[in-house]
Amino acid sequence: MTYVIAGSCIKDDSCVEACPVDCIHPKPGAPDFETAEQLYIDPDMCIDCDACVEACPVDAVFADFETPEKFAYALELNAAFFAEESTAERTRAAA
Amino acid sequence: MSRETARIAVVGAGPAGAFAADRLLRARGDVEIDLFERLPTPWGLLRAGVAPDHQEIKRLDETFHRQTLERGCRLFANVEVGVDLSHEELMRHYTAVVYATGAQTDKSLGIPGEELPGSWPATEFVAWYNGHPDYRDLEFDLSGRRAVVIGNGNVAADVTRMLTLDPDELARTDVADHALEALRESRIEEVVVLGRRGPAQAAFTSAELRELGRLGGVELRVSPEDVELDPLSERWLAERGTFTARTNVALLREFAGRAPRTDTTRRIVLRFLSSPLELRGDERVEAIDIGRNEIVESGDGSLRPRAAGDDVETIECGLVLRSVGYRAVPLPGVPFDERSFILPNDSGRVRAPDGKPLLGVYAVGWIKRGPTGILGTNKRDAEETARCLAEDLDSGSLPVPEHPGRDGIDALLAERKPELVTVDGWRAIDALELRTGKEQERPRVKLSSREELLAAARR
Repeated sequence: MTYVIAGSCIKDDSCVEACPVDCIHPKPGAPDFETAEQLYIDPDMCIDCDACVEACPVDAVFADFETPEKFAYALELNAAFFAEESTAERTRAAA
Repeated sequence: MSRETARIAVVGAGPAGAFAADRLLRARGDVEIDLFERLPTPWGLLRAGVAPDHQEIKRLDETFHRQTLERGCRLFANVEVGVDLSHEELMRHYTAVVYATGAQTDKSLGIPGEELPGSWPATEFVAWYNGHPDYRDLEFDLSGRRAVVIGNGNVAADVTRMLTLDPDELARTDVADHALEALRESRIEEVVVLGRRGPAQAAFTSAELRELGRLGGVELRVSPEDVELDPLSERWLAERGTFTARTNVALLREFAGRAPRTDTTRRIVLRFLSSPLELRGDERVEAIDIGRNEIVESGDGSLRPRAAGDDVETIECGLVLRSVGYRAVPLPGVPFDERSFILPNDSGRVRAPDGKPLLGVYAVGWIKRGPTGILGTNKRDAEETARCLAEDLDSGSLPVPEHPGRDGIDALLAERKPELVTVDGWRAIDALELRTGKEQERPRVKLSSREELLAAARR
């Protein structure tokens, strides 16, 4: 399983600080952080520890099997963010 | 510097002010913070901006409360700095003053007819449905069949949703009662959303765009021609586009491919590459003229819209909401950058007109960086301002104010503002609103007039 971040994320970075395996991106300071509309969890790295759920002030993080229907799209969206080359890499390639 | 406790006034108890107080307490646990707020209630746009159907985000108020008021920050609400108290007076009572007053007005379109009745800044509609005391008495005419929303950002998306959401769904939120009543009577069947630029440049977050496509009983229409990208946008999207821009274009293509529906009562139409040229009407708005744009590359490589041809399309409508950006207003007694509409500052340290730092004066949030970013952006912004302020305290560069203790400001407020709302008053308002909400199976029922709010605060 994995945890996923829904579109109600406000980019408060409490989850990034809480994550023990550093699987929540983009991180503050990363080139694509400012343009990102939300943060995403890498499903291949997530260890299902629940720390981000505890840290999130707006309850935007869910265990995949508990994701409400209206946020069901988030599972695919979080994975898609990591599946494609990061914006940062593409920006460098285009420069 | 004496061993006197440094006392800090944060002006504006919205998200930027709340994050600033929190970050200051983390950076320097020994400071005393007073939060000044113009309204009788704290948390700014979290209460009066975030849409009522986004209740999960409003939950941030619990964090703000815990991180500020429960850690000893005092709340001085219903006090307007610049009116009830001057900047100079604050400087006489505090070691530092942090302005977190946001961007309180909207940008105009600068087209003929903009001032006709029926044409509004979207921000006033937002404040109205969220029960902001200064806007509760506005009367929006929702008797026409069509409304036009100008702009492609999240405020545009919010007002579009509010105009089309099923009122029964809205009734389960903390929308202001007067707005719910008016929206129940609304005869609006179609909301046309105009974007100057193309689908690849739309400023919506993909979350907001996705929501527009899945409202119960609402059809979302995007024409297939409108989502065909021009070669410049196509290339930009592939090479430099953000994850959000690519997600948006994919969503819009999906919407454009949907079969037309006949089972819905309301419709949202997204139109791209369309600029408003003029609002028409004798007594009030009756129609809007729209011109067509194309995407061109600027000298700096960025893509922008340019008028394409002279064709003008006229759309009949009874309501126009414009959402093309916010703008801050100058604060009496404080320098203001008239071009960028911010307090001139270096990382949050406000600069005097001679370019030197204005000792003890700081900025945070939209009044510091302009109206950009989302809620959480203010946390990093506040971190930066708090770090500067803590450095200045540590280095002893801030002078001790004339009246360094609490007594002076407390006496001044007692004299100037007998109707001051403190943390106890706010707790009473909050408890009453939540209790009424519970009775009506809603998250909260807002009090929206100053009289009601002040009466609740006195209990």
